[in-house]
Amino acid sequence: MSQEIRLKTPLTDADVEKLKAGDKVLITGVIYTGRDAAHKRLFDLLKEGKPLPIDLKGQIIYYVGPAPAKPGHPYGSAGPTTSGRMDAYSPKLMEIGLKGMIGKGMRKKEVIEAMKKYKAVYLAATGGAGALLAKAVKKAETVAYEDLGPEAISRLEVVDFPAIVVNDTKGSDLYQQGMEQYAR
Amino acid sequence: MREVNTKKITEVVRKMCIDSNYYLTEDVLKALDEGEKKEESPVGKEVFQQLKENIRIAREEQVAICQDTGLAVVFVELGQEVQIVGGDFNEAIHEGVRQGYKDGYLRKSSCHPFTRVNTKDNTPAIIHLSLVPGDKIKIVLAPKGGGAENMSMVAMLSPSEGIEGVKNRVVEWVKQSGSNPCPPVVVGVGVGGTFEEVALTAKKALLRPLGQKNPDPQLAAMEEELLTRVNNLGIGPQGLGGRITALAVNVELIPCHIASFPMAVNLNCHAHRHQEAVI
Repeated sequence: MSQEIRLKTPLTDADVEKLKAGDKVLITGVIYTGRDAAHKRLFDLLKEGKPLPIDLKGQIIYYVGPAPAKPGHPYGSAGPTTSGRMDAYSPKLMEIGLKGMIGKGMRKKEVIEAMKKYKAVYLAATGGAGALLAKAVKKAETVAYEDLGPEAISRLEVVDFPAIVVNDTKGSDLYQQGMEQYAR
Repeated sequence: MREVNTKKITEVVRKMCIDSNYYLTEDVLKALDEGEKKEESPVGKEVFQQLKENIRIAREEQVAICQDTGLAVVFVELGQEVQIVGGDFNEAIHEGVRQGYKDGYLRKSSCHPFTRVNTKDNTPAIIHLSLVPGDKIKIVLAPKGGGAENMSMVAMLSPSEGIEGVKNRVVEWVKQSGSNPCPPVVVGVGVGGTFEEVALTAKKALLRPLGQKNPDPQLAAMEEELLTRVNNLGIGPQGLGGRITALAVNVELIPCHIASFPMAVNLNCHAHRHQEAVI
């Protein structure tokens, strides 16, 4: 049975190990945004053995490139982007302590294996629900790569950000399970 | 000849960029309502509710439904009795996109393919122009997000594969795409023409209002069968499992070369955005 769990960031191994594919979570605390271009830069820095502009230990990265915020709004529409494009970079980030990824769409086998190995989870937020998800963002601040525009890394303070566990630390896959349950 | 000033074109395109990203058309809202009713999976039902709540927030607060406000794909039917005055016709459209994406607080998603450097104003628009009888200009603007557009395909089949070959490939393609294109999706299928025309035909199929069948009975039956088969895949809303993987399958067909059998699939997400205006 799925359960609804409140998660507070940063996350520990124990926090993520109790999560199962299908669990609904509400995330409160700090999460970082990052998508294609920011991932490439982080990955290249790690390859060169250089320090990252943010400490990812225990953190969650949200794959999002928001719309610009309207005056009076803390953040613009901000739904998840397709996660598969980050597959090449994710295992390396988990290796240095990344505990969660929020996006939408399927992950490669190697990424699911890395989640088992390094104790991390992949969460899906509802793709296309950008206006709704932005409501959970109370404060946003660009912390790296401002030149990337919508692809810059921002530090978001979120309250009850809704997501669902797709891949847990045991290798389960909600996309696979869900499809098998309803296929006919 | 009827004169139309490029300023008018810019103004109309600007408004369509904003409106299409803030408001969905009635046919889409109706399809989402029906989908929610038919959905059996509890998680799937919840996704439908989130999508409807999201649409309400976007409309009330006048913000983008989805942060991916797309590349602006613009279909223009230009009446041959219209004379464009006041400047460059294509530039008038680009300027409308530039203004609309800036003034509407829409994301600028256009970049150089190699360097990935953003053009910063969401131009160039993707413009498809056709010349038609009359003295009007019809413009359809459809912002197209990257997630769904990435799940597109063109195949040059052997004519021996027939209609079943096309059907099987469409179903297989939607299955492979899984949760990536943000289901529930709209499936646009093009059959016939040439390599480039079939892709455009699949995209044009997405512009037909949801719930409206192809007038050709054979294609209407094909659409219905494909919708059932696609929904039987069990992918469901957001790929989390469920009955409603697609809101509609629209098929368009044009003649092709005797040696060829091109087909294309273009998917759109549930934020099935388009606006139409006539000048």
